[in-house]
Amino acid sequence: MQTIPHHDLSRDVSRDLSRRGFVKLLGAGILIAATDAAAFGQARGGRRGGGGGRMGGKPVSIAARVHIARDGTITVLTGKVECGQGARAEITQAAAEELRVSADQIQLIMADTGLVPDDGMTAGSRTSPSTIPSVRQGAAAARLALLALAAQKWNLTPEQLRSEDGTITHPASNRQISYGELAADEDAIKAFAKTPSGDVTVTPVKEWKVLGTPVARPNGRDLVTGQHTYPSDVARPGMLHGKVLRPPAYGATLASIDLAPAKAMKDVIVTQDGSFVAVAAPTAFGAQQALDAIAATAKWDRTAQPFSKQLFDDLRQHARNVPKNSFAAEDPAKSLRAMYTVAYAQHAPLEPRAATAEWEGGKLTVWTGTQNPFGVRSELEKAFGLSPDAVRVIVPDFGGGFGGKHSGEAAVEAARLAKAAGRPVALRWTRSEEFTWAYFRPAGVIEVEASLDGNSKLASWHFININSGPSSIETPYRVAKSHSQYVQSDPPLRHGSYRGLAATANTFARECAMDELATLAGADPLEFRLAHLEDPRMKAVLEAAAKRFDWAGRSKTMEPNVGIGIACGAEKGSYVATCAQVKIEDGAVAVTHLAAAFDCGKVLNPGNLLSQVQGAVTMALGPALREEIRFENGVIRNASFGEYRVPRFEDVPEITVDLIDRPEVPSAGAGETPLIATAPAVANAVFRATGQRVRDMPIKLKHA
Amino acid sequence: MDATFHFSVNGEPHAVTTDEQRPLLDVLREDLQLTGTRYGCGEGQCGACSVLVDGKRVFSCQTAASKMDGKKIITIEGLASGHTLHPVQQAFLDEGAFQCGYCTSGMIVAAAALLKEKPNPTDAQIRDGMNGNLCRCCSYVRIQSAVRRAAAGGR
Repeated sequence: MQTIPHHDLSRDVSRDLSRRGFVKLLGAGILIAATDAAAFGQARGGRRGGGGGRMGGKPVSIAARVHIARDGTITVLTGKVECGQGARAEITQAAAEELRVSADQIQLIMADTGLVPDDGMTAGSRTSPSTIPSVRQGAAAARLALLALAAQKWNLTPEQLRSEDGTITHPASNRQISYGELAADEDAIKAFAKTPSGDVTVTPVKEWKVLGTPVARPNGRDLVTGQHTYPSDVARPGMLHGKVLRPPAYGATLASIDLAPAKAMKDVIVTQDGSFVAVAAPTAFGAQQALDAIAATAKWDRTAQPFSKQLFDDLRQHARNVPKNSFAAEDPAKSLRAMYTVAYAQHAPLEPRAATAEWEGGKLTVWTGTQNPFGVRSELEKAFGLSPDAVRVIVPDFGGGFGGKHSGEAAVEAARLAKAAGRPVALRWTRSEEFTWAYFRPAGVIEVEASLDGNSKLASWHFININSGPSSIETPYRVAKSHSQYVQSDPPLRHGSYRGLAATANTFARECAMDELATLAGADPLEFRLAHLEDPRMKAVLEAAAKRFDWAGRSKTMEPNVGIGIACGAEKGSYVATCAQVKIEDGAVAVTHLAAAFDCGKVLNPGNLLSQVQGAVTMALGPALREEIRFENGVIRNASFGEYRVPRFEDVPEITVDLIDRPEVPSAGAGETPLIATAPAVANAVFRATGQRVRDMPIKLKHA
Repeated sequence: MDATFHFSVNGEPHAVTTDEQRPLLDVLREDLQLTGTRYGCGEGQCGACSVLVDGKRVFSCQTAASKMDGKKIITIEGLASGHTLHPVQQAFLDEGAFQCGYCTSGMIVAAAALLKEKPNPTDAQIRDGMNGNLCRCCSYVRIQSAVRRAAAGGR
């Protein structure tokens, strides 16, 4: 039997990831390769880094980005995906703005590798700062090409013409011609084959008509009527439903299995290739029955596996070359030494991993939910020894990613099953599979040593993140002696990207430590921060959040068991500050108010941005208060929504959001950074309410 | 064991022969191609699979097909009247009360059931009535506004 490489979802992969792919992803590799080319994505490497190690996005021709049909229909193409952050609306707006049409005149095709250019994966908050400019370049070049053609036809200059609503007019002579008529011309085809130079003049912010406005999700009606086809909903003629046998624990290997009980079932396909055992049947229920029948016969070899109760000790023990603090404190009474921890968390998008695979004439098509369509294509190429043109990955708008869907496990599994079955197969991971076999947000230990000088100003800062990553690791606060460093460890679970990456962990530790230092200094936490900040954008978000929250007023009138806290941070070019009020009820923390201020430069779509910020600050309450993966000997103990408690309606406090629009600053992404200040603001509020310092995420109260 | 069950879905009568333990969710999605009702957890914790059975919200992932004999089922696909959206659908659209949208069908069905029972809910009643539905994008603020808007007749 041919051995097909497949995803080993066990511990070994986590090590591979943590040492290579993940480090690359977190490190300099995630930064954009800012070229003057029309389309550019992220410079990436490593398997998990996406794009199969290729550069995401090469310069593309106008035709690869914009297609204008004879009837005037405008189709724009992008490799980006929509999984809730609003890329569909904003990329549509970018194209509409530069083509001088309204947003509803644009049809946007996203993430079909058979049709679209590779814009890199949808991650790292890169859609706004890199894909939007690429699309604007392509669309502006298309419009200029059409203007030039019309001018040539009428023996005029482009400057004498106007383009509006898909038509070019010459006001002086009242002549007009539609984009569709022009685009059918041989000369237009030649012009659209060219790759724009990358310095095409785009519409200045002050003239924007579509960008900068709250354009609604173009397919919103399909969402509210249930008509949108998510990856889980894709159905193909003759399709079967698949299920994959999972080990009982990480590190377990299959010793033996009897496939006969499933083979005896009507219409059931069973396939085994080493440890990969899977079934397919006409219904998901039938497939589950077949899987249960053979799973009962499976014998597994188990090995000793880690426990979450030892997690932080393990991470510290396995940390490599942790540097010592080289800054001696002047006055030990004015110094802080604290250790912060951040637990493993799961992304838990509401739509678990899903894929439908179909083979036809040696070619493979897979519909799946992934933030990395071209990366998944390359995973499939490698898994089956196919050339890129023999694999097509189609990503319908899908049910949430949060950094958790950079990989193609379900796609590869569905394709293996479909190959064995000789028919299309749909594979939809269960919630328990998603909790157990998807990669996790990394856990981390952060060690902070800091001191104040005689004037109660920050004198030294020593900040070590073990395992969770370097995002936002540098302190924004003014300090003479400072050392911040990320140190790798040997993580027990397979971890990867998560919305905001380690910015959440590093901001949590830094902002909690700053609060402790403010107390040592006898200063107000807001004043202490402002006194150490120079960046006007960071100051502005702090001041805006504090003003909206009435920080000064609330500070004076605190009821028993109520506390307020504040935190701020910056990541990937955007800034957030969050104020929180908590009430301690029956020994539990209830967050009653959050006020966030956010600045990501020029706002592309205020409606979408507000939704992102409201959602992100709320989502962050989960890992702040409760979300924590528990595992024992390689078994996840809370692999369900019943046991892994994510934010619900009852947890939502009063939320106010201030958006700071900066027309002079290029737009940064906004899908991640708004999360990062929630947890420390809540932790600092818990201290004010209880006198207990919180140094763990999720926050645990010691009961008196 | 297979048996035949008779029920109506969105006003259409159906006779479905299937395993009696098979979840209604699978029957709707796989046999009737009504994929607007979604799987989120399989344990009645997220509400993505919500449908109306005789006017009440149920979790279709937790409901065996055999329990549906003689029932009237309404799914997200059956809420609108022709091109006119149900007031809750219209309110969700007007408020942009979704991000990824995967929870939206279940949210709308839950809200429709809530407003049928309590046409003018307080904010606390909205919170309690919707608490069985998860939105992982945490668009709760917008969803709450959409339910309020629907209750106020679209204003």
